[in-house]
Amino acid sequence: MLLRSVDDSQINSVFPNTFDEYKNWDKGADELPPEEVYKSLFFELANGDKRQIGKALTRMNYAKSGWKSLIKKTTREIKKIVKKGEEPVSYKDTFININKLWADPTYWYSFNQMVKDRSSIYYWNALDRTFDEEGDVVLQDEKRRMYIKTWVRTFKVSIYVTIFCLILGFPVAHLLANLPLRYSNLLMIFVLLPFWTSLLVRTTAWIVMLQQNGVINGILVWLGIISDDGRIQMVYNEVGTLIAMTQILLPFMILPLYSVMRVIPKSHMRAAQNLGAKPSTAFLRVYLPQTIPGISAGGLLVFVLAIGYFITPELVGGKDGKLIGSWIAYHLKTTLNWGLCAALGAILLGIMLIFYWLYNKIVGIDNIKLG
Amino acid sequence: MVFTEGMLAWPPDPEAWSIRWYRNMIGDCSADVVSSTVPCSTKWMKGTVNSFYIGIIATVIATALGTLAALGLSRPHMPYKGLIMAILISPMIVPLIITAAGMFFFYARINLVYTFTGVILAHVALATPFVVITVTATLVGFDMNMVKAAQSLGAKPMRTFFKVIMPLILPGIISGALFAFITSFDEVVIVMFMASIDQLTIPKQMWAGIRQEISPVILCMATCLVLLSIFLLTTVELLRRRSEKLRGIKAR
Repeated sequence: MLLRSVDDSQINSVFPNTFDEYKNWDKGADELPPEEVYKSLFFELANGDKRQIGKALTRMNYAKSGWKSLIKKTTREIKKIVKKGEEPVSYKDTFININKLWADPTYWYSFNQMVKDRSSIYYWNALDRTFDEEGDVVLQDEKRRMYIKTWVRTFKVSIYVTIFCLILGFPVAHLLANLPLRYSNLLMIFVLLPFWTSLLVRTTAWIVMLQQNGVINGILVWLGIISDDGRIQMVYNEVGTLIAMTQILLPFMILPLYSVMRVIPKSHMRAAQNLGAKPSTAFLRVYLPQTIPGISAGGLLVFVLAIGYFITPELVGGKDGKLIGSWIAYHLKTTLNWGLCAALGAILLGIMLIFYWLYNKIVGIDNIKLG
Repeated sequence: MVFTEGMLAWPPDPEAWSIRWYRNMIGDCSADVVSSTVPCSTKWMKGTVNSFYIGIIATVIATALGTLAALGLSRPHMPYKGLIMAILISPMIVPLIITAAGMFFFYARINLVYTFTGVILAHVALATPFVVITVTATLVGFDMNMVKAAQSLGAKPMRTFFKVIMPLILPGIISGALFAFITSFDEVVIVMFMASIDQLTIPKQMWAGIRQEISPVILCMATCLVLLSIFLLTTVELLRRRSEKLRGIKAR
């Protein structure tokens, strides 16, 4: 997969001679390439395998849009010329006669980034950047920038989910650790049950609850808190993603917290209060510091899982709640731009491995427990 | 939503209670079941069969591999223990979408995309960590002297494993196997990319349904899945208690 993200050799195998000639050409500003480049391109288009050319065209279109239709038209014309058995006097003029765009140097400049068979173009694309004519890295057009926004949103949502999980999970874990055995066992089952329930089932349940004529809106209308036409849009946006992901990842926060809180002796709090600390001070100065290992373990685990989440955001997120995972799936399945898909995946994997490594350092991977 | 209007009325209207959607789910397309908005097909049943087929085979392989890995990793003088453990556990942590993309590229090269073998192997990789974790947890506090005792009495390693080690860690193996099964049973992303219509599973069918419209049939299936997970959770809880009793650890 990593190889795929930098692999750019496809066009080179389709137009080998053209690229050789192109490399020989001593480029000047606003100049067109010499006759040889046109000549080799002519024969390679006339004799090339149609499917291979098609694949290469898709790649060329990433470099500069317009290539695909230009070459397709040209190939048709060239095949006609070859059929007639004519030998063009000047290949250059033939090309320009077929389509004026062949006299446009910017198309030839975009060849520049395709010549090498290893390229970082996909990585730059994944960060909303592209190459300009000189081969420098520049920002994409305003309307084509979406990855940076999605990356930022992915991190934002992950951080929020982690914080909400902590806020909700902390009291639950505390109860689990301190209630008498009979109640805590029951509570434990309630914590673990979602863990065992199908992800899709839980996501479906949230859609049913949150949608505009769903359960929560229904109750709010019935209570008179909101009017019938003022129903709140809670699903198919970022809010829905946040709510559903928090609930789904909550057990991953509660379990590590619980295993840490279980071993904190209760006498510490009593001792603190005995020495005159207010309950809040005792909690902040005595109890909280001892739960830090649990907080960091749960926090990292939730964060790492949230970054790569795909199913829930895809179903609940609607248009503006999608995370980076959705783009990976989109390029893998729909646009078949596998290079970009692999680059996005590799970046995500890299980020995730850093946190995984941190987790391993702080908590130790063999300390994961399931129920 | 599984309910109809009549069920919420008071006094309850017996007519409104029906198992119509459940009959639709199991592929009964008779006249009183079919409605204009909800398509009726045998897809759900096919999905169920496939889900169990893939799930069970994947569980068996994952349990066997995971148990062996855990046994080896819990030896005190195992080299590179941390590294191997981290690699084994990683499928649980790495985002599924990345696993799916990577496997897709790899499978495309060796012609495994859209085959049962491919899906099952992918599920094995995802499910093994759960087995490793549960079995390792059971092996904590396992008295290795018993192995030595068995061997000094002349038992070969195979016999030692089946007669001495296995009975003692059986609860851990079974709960690991159940985890493995539910992982494979619930898995959407891999199936989405790597399975064709022939390998349709329940989650894939649900996914397709949820994306369009949530029909009552999906909610029926959801109910069934919740019941299944309650059943599995109960089994695991009972096994955990039994395992703690076996090892003489006081229940918490």
